[in-house]
Amino acid sequence: MTKSSVTPLSLIGQVVFYGLFALIIGYFSTQPSYRHMAPDRALIKLSFSHQAQLVADCRKRTPEELAKLPPNMRAPMECARERSPVKVQLSLDGTPLYDGVAQPSGLSRDGASTLYRRFEIPAGEHKLAVKMNDNVRLADFNYVKEEKVTLKPAQILVVDFSAERGGIIFVQ
Amino acid sequence: MTSLRQIGLVLFQRIEAAFDAIFSAAHNPWRHLGALGFYFFWLIAATGLYLYAVLDTSVEHIGASINYYSREQWYLGGLLRSIHRYASDAFVVVMFLHLAREFFYGRYFGVRWYAWITGVPLIWLAYASGIGGYWLVWDQLAQFSIIASAEWLDWLPIVTDPMARNFLTPGAVNDRFFSLLMFLHIGIPLMLMLMLWVHIQRISRADVFPTRTLGLGALAMLVVLSLLQPVVSHAPADLAIVPAAVDLDWLLLFVHPLMYATSPAALWGLAGAFTLLLAVMPLLPHKKTQAVAVVTPEYCNGCRRCFEDCPYSAITMLPHPDKPGHSLAQVDAALCVSCGICAGACPSSTPFRSADELVTGIDMPQQSIGAVRQALEVGLNALTGAPKIVVFGCDCAAALKGLQAADTAAISLLCIGLLPPSLVEYTLRSGADGVLITGCREGSCAYRSGNTWTAQRLAGEREPHLRTNVPPARLRVVWADAHDTAPLHSALATFRQDLQNLGTEMKPLHVPVRRMTHHD
Repeated sequence: MTKSSVTPLSLIGQVVFYGLFALIIGYFSTQPSYRHMAPDRALIKLSFSHQAQLVADCRKRTPEELAKLPPNMRAPMECARERSPVKVQLSLDGTPLYDGVAQPSGLSRDGASTLYRRFEIPAGEHKLAVKMNDNVRLADFNYVKEEKVTLKPAQILVVDFSAERGGIIFVQ
Repeated sequence: MTSLRQIGLVLFQRIEAAFDAIFSAAHNPWRHLGALGFYFFWLIAATGLYLYAVLDTSVEHIGASINYYSREQWYLGGLLRSIHRYASDAFVVVMFLHLAREFFYGRYFGVRWYAWITGVPLIWLAYASGIGGYWLVWDQLAQFSIIASAEWLDWLPIVTDPMARNFLTPGAVNDRFFSLLMFLHIGIPLMLMLMLWVHIQRISRADVFPTRTLGLGALAMLVVLSLLQPVVSHAPADLAIVPAAVDLDWLLLFVHPLMYATSPAALWGLAGAFTLLLAVMPLLPHKKTQAVAVVTPEYCNGCRRCFEDCPYSAITMLPHPDKPGHSLAQVDAALCVSCGICAGACPSSTPFRSADELVTGIDMPQQSIGAVRQALEVGLNALTGAPKIVVFGCDCAAALKGLQAADTAAISLLCIGLLPPSLVEYTLRSGADGVLITGCREGSCAYRSGNTWTAQRLAGEREPHLRTNVPPARLRVVWADAHDTAPLHSALATFRQDLQNLGTEMKPLHVPVRRMTHHD
């Protein structure tokens, strides 16, 4: 419809426009710099994926109970599938940071209990205490770990659980 | 909503008009945002292919590999990396500008819901592709982004193990996991490409390639930017520490600071609300849909001009039921936007036909060619001044209100594309001294192609064409958007003066071949 006529002025206009567009992209591609955490802070990540204890022990079926079952389902032992919720407490220098329960996953509540929480704390030396209960039949915490930790600025300390490694572990 | 759209439309059209003066409409980036989006996508794909071919995409070596190409082979690998990154940013910018423009132009409801709705997942796919690309560099920005993304996704109760647990400790990320990330960064853009194809399915002649001038300009811009500010990596990822400060790409990664400033739930809420808003916008109350084009089989000779000219592929050609070997146009009401461009294209739309009731092969019930001819004859009969001018305009462009005068009749059409060129000659033969045609500026047509087809028909470059016996001095074409009423008035005044200056040279074209109907 319109004829394209390039004049020196229009060329300058095009250069200015492209320059402005490049400036916007170039600037916002890296600026302003983003600081996710203050420079004097460190981070604790409380995270685990743990299959807790079953809520009840296995028991032997009586002959009457077995007789009522179809022949192909006459397993001598009956075991509950449901697992205990995992109670966790995390405190730093005596101050509670977290007190919660991780429910077992799955429709039958027979899967792992998982947790992922992050806590920003001042860098430096702290007394870190973690308590965990993974057995609903126990009233008290069956895993406890308390340690002095020193965290540099921006350092991450992971609080995890590993049954093979004896329970609660701190990874720095 | 309507007033917001009107304000936005005027703003966009003023910007576009200003850029027309710099680029010309054909190369104006504001008028080809969708095409630029496609162009940036292809640039991203091409540069990405090279990077994928040469980089060592293992978690251990990706950092050193990419740094090698950025520093030692800055003239090729480094340059392509930078173009890859900046083209992604440019894609996001033009994507949102395209979204805003289509909204302000009202191209999101009625039969045009399809392109709008299919555009919504494109936003998600564009961000998933862009953000995922940052992870592959496996520097501290990648670490920050992937953990933030995992923490955001973990808010959804869809997986048992939190995804963020994959990045708890140094050594947690292995090559196998990295291959998955690479697969995602190829797979998601492929989905994006597929959706781009779906997005333009209901549009004929979709504007997916910018002009060479615009393409070269955009490429030159990216190259210069890449040379002046080459993309470099942050320090290698270290999962034992929190990345102190990152030079964030705010165009793609702004979601992470937004999440940390609020919460994962809030970010899901915002993203969900934005998506939902876009998705329901076509369902909100809008002006009533107009009647669609109607085909009269007796007058359709199967010439396919309406089929060729329809900007929304609403017309298909079927075998004519009564004329063996001929085709018959059929209108799909679900695709027709009621612009009338098809009626302007129809050879039977000539007003010279002698029948009092002008029935055309394809026509608009709300503004038939016959009704336009009648309005013209009534308007011309009422003119008392001289020179007698008839203005044909468009409901979507500069309003004709105020142009009507003792010597001027103004007829506004659904779209200027509805005007058959023969009506111009008919107008002059019926006693008019001049015809002024106005419609949206190039690239602004509410129905995409009405003004372009009209210009081509008048120039004899498209059928039906204006016959050459129409004196060019008696015809004036002025493209004017809704905000261009003052320039339109001024152009009419100039045309009036020019016609007066023609004086005796302005011989009347001869009487219409049709008997003039007496209109009360």
